[in-house]
Amino acid sequence: MITLLTAHLVAAAGAPALVRLLDRRAFLVLALVPAASFAWLLPQVTDRDVVRQDVAWVPGLGLDISLRLGEISGPFSLLVTGVGALVLFYCGWYFKPGDTELWRFGAVFTAFAGAMLGLVLSDNVYLLYVFWELTTVLSYLLVGHNPERRANRRAAMNALLVTTLGGLAMLAGLVILHLTSGSPLLSEIVADPPEPTTAVQVAVALALVGAVSKSALVPFHFWLPGAMAAPTPVSAYLHAAAMVKAGIFLVAVLAPAFADLAWWRPVLVTLGLVTMVVGGLRALRQYDVKLLLAYGTVSQLGFLTLVASIGTRSAAVAGLAMVVAHALFKSTLFLVVGIIDRSAGTRDLRDLSGLWRLLPWPFAAAVVAGASMAGIPPTFGFVAKEAVLASVEDLGADTGAGWGAVALAGIVVGTILTVAYTARFVWGAFATKADVPACDIVRRSPWFVVAPVVLAAASIVAGFSGPWFTSILARAGQAYPAGAHELELTLWHGVNLPLLLSLTTLVLGVALFVARRPVAALQHAMTDRLPMPDAEQAYYAAVRGVERVSIELTGRVQRGSLPFYLGTIIVVLALVPGSMLVRAFALNDGEMRLDLADRPAQVVVVALVVAAAIAAVRSRRRLRAVLLVGVTGYGTAVLFVLHGAPDLALTQVLVETFLLVTFVLVLRRLPPFFSERPFTADRWIRVTAGVVVGGVVAGLALLTATSRTAEPIGPQFAEPTVSYGGGYNIVNITLVDIRAWDTLGELSVLVVAATGVASLIHLLTDRAERITRVPAGSGSQRWLQRVEAVRSARRSVVFEVVTRLVFHAVIMYSIYLMLVGHYEPGGGFAGGLIAGLALMVRYLVGGRQELDAAAPVDAGLVLGLGLAVAALAGLLPTLLGGGVLQSAIIDIPLGPFGELHLVTSVFFDIGVYLVVIGLALDVLRSLGGGIDQHVADEDRAVGV
Amino acid sequence: MSVDLALIVAIGVLVACGTTLVLERSLSRILVGFVLLSNGVNLFFIVASGPPGAAPIVGASDERMADPLPQAMALTAIVITLGVTAFGLALAYRTWQLEGHDDVQDDVEDALVIRRAERDDTSASFDEVDASLPEEEGADLPRVEDDVTQEPDGGPR
Repeated sequence: MITLLTAHLVAAAGAPALVRLLDRRAFLVLALVPAASFAWLLPQVTDRDVVRQDVAWVPGLGLDISLRLGEISGPFSLLVTGVGALVLFYCGWYFKPGDTELWRFGAVFTAFAGAMLGLVLSDNVYLLYVFWELTTVLSYLLVGHNPERRANRRAAMNALLVTTLGGLAMLAGLVILHLTSGSPLLSEIVADPPEPTTAVQVAVALALVGAVSKSALVPFHFWLPGAMAAPTPVSAYLHAAAMVKAGIFLVAVLAPAFADLAWWRPVLVTLGLVTMVVGGLRALRQYDVKLLLAYGTVSQLGFLTLVASIGTRSAAVAGLAMVVAHALFKSTLFLVVGIIDRSAGTRDLRDLSGLWRLLPWPFAAAVVAGASMAGIPPTFGFVAKEAVLASVEDLGADTGAGWGAVALAGIVVGTILTVAYTARFVWGAFATKADVPACDIVRRSPWFVVAPVVLAAASIVAGFSGPWFTSILARAGQAYPAGAHELELTLWHGVNLPLLLSLTTLVLGVALFVARRPVAALQHAMTDRLPMPDAEQAYYAAVRGVERVSIELTGRVQRGSLPFYLGTIIVVLALVPGSMLVRAFALNDGEMRLDLADRPAQVVVVALVVAAAIAAVRSRRRLRAVLLVGVTGYGTAVLFVLHGAPDLALTQVLVETFLLVTFVLVLRRLPPFFSERPFTADRWIRVTAGVVVGGVVAGLALLTATSRTAEPIGPQFAEPTVSYGGGYNIVNITLVDIRAWDTLGELSVLVVAATGVASLIHLLTDRAERITRVPAGSGSQRWLQRVEAVRSARRSVVFEVVTRLVFHAVIMYSIYLMLVGHYEPGGGFAGGLIAGLALMVRYLVGGRQELDAAAPVDAGLVLGLGLAVAALAGLLPTLLGGGVLQSAIIDIPLGPFGELHLVTSVFFDIGVYLVVIGLALDVLRSLGGGIDQHVADEDRAVGV
Repeated sequence: MSVDLALIVAIGVLVACGTTLVLERSLSRILVGFVLLSNGVNLFFIVASGPPGAAPIVGASDERMADPLPQAMALTAIVITLGVTAFGLALAYRTWQLEGHDDVQDDVEDALVIRRAERDDTSASFDEVDASLPEEEGADLPRVEDDVTQEPDGGPR
């Protein structure tokens, strides 16, 4: 069975290519998948075996791929695959050749068929939910097939919202059922149902909300007529075999276990009856024959749910028979509507006339299917309806319910309406109307009518195969105790109550059709004068309400002001940790001790840092502020050294230097002062906020440093650093090995930031174009050949020559620093930053051409290469059977040179090194060279 | 347990100054504040990790070594600060290029949402309901009336 589902999935994935290759005929190939599934399933179902397949997926959650082909899922799966295959076949002629959206449709439809098959085969409740929501999402795409129309979008959205809402309720119910019964398998839950505690009753009710919304019962019925915005084959499949049948499937599956709950039958039978009557009444008023059928489906779904929910042996069998009958006749009718639509160009029954003569085969199919819908022999619809009437007649005897007669009367009323709208459909679509000119039609391929004719024929063949169906469907009744009568699906039972009722409904239904004009007037008067509850309006009001709440909430919290957001964060920081801080200090038991300073040098450095930071805040000149921040940065580096963090200090110094120059490169273009505005009272608010936050953070630092209770894990890294990190520098081994995942994430951040910088300045996506290549043979052998580009007034020969002399040495040193990082302070970050600084000096000497000469590569290439190297260094070990980012230590003997001690995490470090260089290159090319270019362009523009 | 007062003061002042600047409107000032903040927070990490010690390099010293784990975290943070600040600078430059200043303005879209909220409106993407039923693709759908109100004679033809 997993093979069947996989085949659908593969077909869906291949559908776009197939449609591109074969256009609309691709559907014939796609139809093979459900057809083959049907062929495989048929003998399994007729052999009456239960087929199971179990594959563990997430056993911890009870989520496993448990498939079960059983009493109820058997007939359903045959419908899903059989009707699915014929509808796909029909699609091969339905669509216009060369439809550009067809590739998507083919994929989504095939996937939808697969999801529906998975739904009926699922035995695991969570798997059922997954497929359930898959059909929801895919039907959303199918209904919204033509998204340019607003009405289609809304219909799709309604279907999505309503069925998802129900689906979520169902999930909650299924989770409770799983937890209370102890098994996630539907078959086990039903075989051994949990005690009907309040929780279980709520769970069943929630699951039924899902079923009711999916099967478009009142009050959720409105989404289904809207969903006929979909292309007609979708409607045929959706209404007949898929999607809406999911709710009935769920009711039928749960009924053996829960039908005896006190509220189950009254609630579901009432909902079913109301839906049946409401749908029938509205169907009577439709002009659009497709909409007429859609409301007819609503009515029929009410009927089917009613029967499926009764939960007696005969009703279970009759319900399944009715599901089969409905699938056969409703798909036929929809496909016929599609043919009418494509041939006559309209579906409005006021414009259709004389089609019975022009479209004889579709007419014949519609008459047979209509007869089945109205319950006229010898169709299967008649057989099934007789069975339903018989089982409802026995309702009192089988369950002790006293309202069996009421249900029977309700069904009769609904059936009368069914007969009337069936007559309206056949008459409206095909009859020759006196006051309507006969339609002109476009002749279509004879293959177009094959699918509906086959389905209509099936309605008749099935009508004569009652005993065969009885033998297959009777299995579903085994879950119930034997009833008053053993049900037999057959055309002739003798003269009994069901037959008399059938005759009555036929006569009254035809009378209702003949009297359609006064009936419509009466209906109109009723809906006009009486206040009718309108579920659709209530739904729209609810959606609008949610919209309004979200807008109000967004308007309140998303003010769009950066200071407002930061202020919120600061207030929370001051209040929450601040209050805890006050409490902690109040409880201070004298453990906390403050020393002035461990090392006197600290006091000097801290004084410098403090003074620089305060001066930076006071500074109105941008450049001065930046230089002062630089002082705090170098001061921090010294504090790191004093604390025993040489790696940190090294990185801090390099970053601070790089950042300082970068700031200067940008600020040279900005006005020298931050703002011309005078300081206002706002400033004091900010300063107060700053002082409060500073105080809280300082207090937290004091508290955290003095109230450690657990042993730090950091020093324990020493052992693994040597044993499997293969080095001595714990910090660096932590970065590239022990906690390499963090570093990999950080590299991604750097790549994104660098790309952001480049795209903001250059507004180009292709970085490669911006590198000025050194033209071959134009003095490329000369020293500092690019420097001519700098105007002589800004040249510094000493600077040039020194740069020349040290550049290569510095690059060598950066590589050394990267490699030595395993043993001493250094590593990829420090090495990359040193190389970046070397490039920066080259840029400062000779501008962007000099930079391009020094590094004639695209920064994006370096970034990507670095990230790829790091990622590969992480992934390769998994191919060799290790864990992600695992490193190995290899000692390679080099003869007289001793031994090469290679730790594979060095490759990860190379990736880090490259990413940092790429970042530096991007920053220099953009904020350096890019801004130079802008300056030059501006100068040229003003004629300098 | 003892802790160094000087470092606590440094953290407090760096964070206070950083916060003050970050609350400004000028992007370059915000970035200056951001760097101050990150220096302060990195120091916080180191101080919180425990007392100073020898460099965390195995075999380099017999003294008790400082905790290496927060150092690795702070090292990551320092480099990220570089990347983010560079991005912020590019933003500042771009804003200046387009607007003539580098002040962070209030978000226009958010202002629109606020105005909608004040007018009791729905969001721009909300489709109001209209009475007509959806059309089907391909078919230029004719009169689909759900109700007979449009029919003067009160019934289908």
